[in-house]
Amino acid sequence: MTDHLVVTGHGPAAYRLVEAVRERDTENRWRITVLGEEPRPAYDRVALTSYLTEGADLAYPAHDERVTLRTGDRVAAIDRAGRTVTTEAGLTLRYDALVLATGSVPFVPPVPGAENALVYRTIEDLDAVRERVARPGRAAGVVIGGGLLGLEAARAVQGLGAETHIVEMAPWLMSRQLDEGGGAMLRRHIEALGLRVHTGAMLERVEPGAVHLAGGTVLAADVVVFSAGVRPRDELARAAGLATGPRGGVVVDDSCRTQDPHVFAIGECASVDGQVYGLVGPCFSMAEVVADRLLGGAARFTGADLSTQLKLMGVDVASFGDPDADALNVSYTDPIAGTYKRLVISDDAQTLLGGILVGDASGYPTLRAYVGASLPAPPEQILFGGTEAVGGSVPDATMICSCNNVHAGAIRSAINGEGHTDLPAVKACTRAGTGCGSCVPLVKRLLDEELTAAGVEVSRALCEHFDHSRAELFDIVRVRGITTFSRLVAEHGRGRGCDICKPVVASILASLGNGHILDGEQGGLQDTNDHFLANLQKNGTYSVVPRVPGGEITPAKLIVIGEVAREFGLYTKITGAQRIDMFGARVEQLPLIWKRLTDAGFESGHAYGKALRTVKSCVGSTWCRYGVQDSAAMAIRLELRYRGLRAPHKIKSAVSGCARECAEAQSKDFGVIATEHGWNLYLGGNGGMRPRHADLFATDLDEESLIRYIDRFLMFYVRTADRLQRTAAWIESLDGGMDYLREVIVADRLGICAELDAAMARHVEDYTDEWRATLEDPARLRRFVSFVNAPGTPDPTIAFEPERDQIKPVLLEVVTP
Amino acid sequence: MTEVRVGPALAPARWSAVCDYDDLPPERGTCALVEGRQIALFRTHDGSLYALANRDPFSGANVLARGIVGSRGGVPTVASPMYKQVFDLATGRCLDDPAVAVATYGVRVSGNRVQVART
Repeated sequence: MTDHLVVTGHGPAAYRLVEAVRERDTENRWRITVLGEEPRPAYDRVALTSYLTEGADLAYPAHDERVTLRTGDRVAAIDRAGRTVTTEAGLTLRYDALVLATGSVPFVPPVPGAENALVYRTIEDLDAVRERVARPGRAAGVVIGGGLLGLEAARAVQGLGAETHIVEMAPWLMSRQLDEGGGAMLRRHIEALGLRVHTGAMLERVEPGAVHLAGGTVLAADVVVFSAGVRPRDELARAAGLATGPRGGVVVDDSCRTQDPHVFAIGECASVDGQVYGLVGPCFSMAEVVADRLLGGAARFTGADLSTQLKLMGVDVASFGDPDADALNVSYTDPIAGTYKRLVISDDAQTLLGGILVGDASGYPTLRAYVGASLPAPPEQILFGGTEAVGGSVPDATMICSCNNVHAGAIRSAINGEGHTDLPAVKACTRAGTGCGSCVPLVKRLLDEELTAAGVEVSRALCEHFDHSRAELFDIVRVRGITTFSRLVAEHGRGRGCDICKPVVASILASLGNGHILDGEQGGLQDTNDHFLANLQKNGTYSVVPRVPGGEITPAKLIVIGEVAREFGLYTKITGAQRIDMFGARVEQLPLIWKRLTDAGFESGHAYGKALRTVKSCVGSTWCRYGVQDSAAMAIRLELRYRGLRAPHKIKSAVSGCARECAEAQSKDFGVIATEHGWNLYLGGNGGMRPRHADLFATDLDEESLIRYIDRFLMFYVRTADRLQRTAAWIESLDGGMDYLREVIVADRLGICAELDAAMARHVEDYTDEWRATLEDPARLRRFVSFVNAPGTPDPTIAFEPERDQIKPVLLEVVTP
Repeated sequence: MTEVRVGPALAPARWSAVCDYDDLPPERGTCALVEGRQIALFRTHDGSLYALANRDPFSGANVLARGIVGSRGGVPTVASPMYKQVFDLATGRCLDDPAVAVATYGVRVSGNRVQVART
């Protein structure tokens, strides 16, 4: 005999409830029916904005077959005496347990014209916002609400191309989470991104095309989005005679049960101790409590950790514990770095109670874990030094993942008890890190700590063919003087290699100077880009980037590039690294193109290689009124020195002529910034997916010291980094980080500096232009044909169509398995 | 005279010579054009030859011949240079997505000439 569980609503909390019941209900006691008002099953509402900005698919995986989901219909009435619900479509269902998970609705203040505005809660709402912004010639948006959701909405509206204003009634942004100092720092960041902020502003009325504020301010607005909080949807419960709380919401006890023993309420529509929760973490906890209760458990909901961390338009914001506690405050504002940090500490200065971080929230996962525990380090050390200052292990009872209510102890037992040894397994087992993801670094740290303590060796095998890491292979090749893949795999590996180990070995052989990369067996190891000395594009054609050292180029050379591109019908684009990329070349065209380019004095730009790409520069003291050194000349000198150096990953660099940093040197693997007295060297910067500012390595260097340090840095990186590890991640992985690197490079702690210097001298000496050397050798040129039996025939499937006066590839058909 | 009709599988292969054996670089692919079809030829470490359709099913581009040749668990393979899916050279099966396979062709050496079976 099964019981019938009816769930009204299908948002994240309802979804979590159903999954939790199915997971625990091993004897199939419950048959489940879910009635959802939205036209689609539950989706990840926390990530809503990514639907607009990235077109993300937010759908959760479907429930199993014991769950009946009815979308596009909602419960219209509850008959508690008869234990039935009736839907708007007229369906009547009897229940043994009913869970209200009706969520909330956006609050729309009762001002004239509000009905013309949009809200920001469902996928349908977002579609409406997009449609409104996308109308031609319309590009002004106003978001009402400067809280968490309002800022999210503003980011999305701006991302759609609208000039966006934020109107907030409170005196500062995110007033529920931040204090005044934090709000002010956040505002600076947000305004720097081009958003206009109006705080302490009263909304008077909304008119077509405009928003009127008290005091006479009128903002143009083609789209107005209300994101000023939510109200629990408790009308169904109220009509059924259930009590509601002071701030709305169905009153429930700590088992999330209403006054009717057969009716529960979870998520945003529930009121616990007069409190209504809007964060996903507490809503999930309530779902878990009810699932446990439905299966005879005694779980209780005892309030929630309201810590939040988010990245708003690239700005880190975090609040943890109780930042409003009436206790000692230690705060630190750095207007240059744009950071604000505040710790709240108990009166005896022993216990961390909460805090706020703006601009740099890297310490959040660790600090949150210490809330309620004794301080891991003196407060000033935490504020200045970040998490590295926070040593030691967190206690078992500390919350690691507040989205899923996972404590450190649970993670430790997943590792030590159940034997999980990698991050995906630990995440799957404990659910830690599967919500907002902010605690993943902390989970990883716990994992590493436990594995190290247990003496488990983490596998560093490159692939199935080698048990060694890249750094170990580098040493084997170097010390034993191995010059072929065949010998290396025969003596130190197994099988015949793959697309992982072969390019690694090719790179090692090239770094150690084994002649032209296409000669002999080396040619077969190269990835297609290195194999054709060009960059493969999606339709099978290649792109060509000649070297333009420092971004400095003569008019005559510019004209040659233009003529070559026009003659071969190539698409041209200026790259981010001050060069020109030409797209759409077929393999048999590459030597013809490069003949023209080398004749005009161009060299390979190594855009295809894991090698030095470019040393970007600003114009420097020769022209610029503010420049203090000749940055262009320095960039050219560095680029010519390190051109062609093969490495574990690409290497980027830049030189700025003054502290204004127009060349963006701090985002590069090695960056140089001129000072009055010499040059400052920055190491380990990165753009791309995981941006990281470079760290200052040394100051006021003369030219020779600068070059000596860069020589050693690059050679040490080439020798010891992992496959595809950029310098940023490599430095982070070094035990001792930047300080250790300084000891190796400056103080020669390992006694290898002479060796590193000699290796770089050899590289500089041996450099030859790969493309010129290729054109001079018929054997190397043989590969540049589309067909071995029809060398002059181009690939007939490659086709282009016009777009904005240039070519673009005709879309190719692909399989959809 | 009696005409015997046979199905395609039974049809005797007609062989087209495409190049010399020495034109095929060891442990690398080469593309040949046979009656309008692009066929990727691979010469592995032990000297064996394999022939697959050159079209990479995941990108639609004719690039499989430009992938890295190697092995996975003893099976000779090529990795597409586009999105790196690995294919079994002998069967054409994609080892990273068993629902996908590319066509295979007969290939042999006669004298020093490499011949591809036309079907």
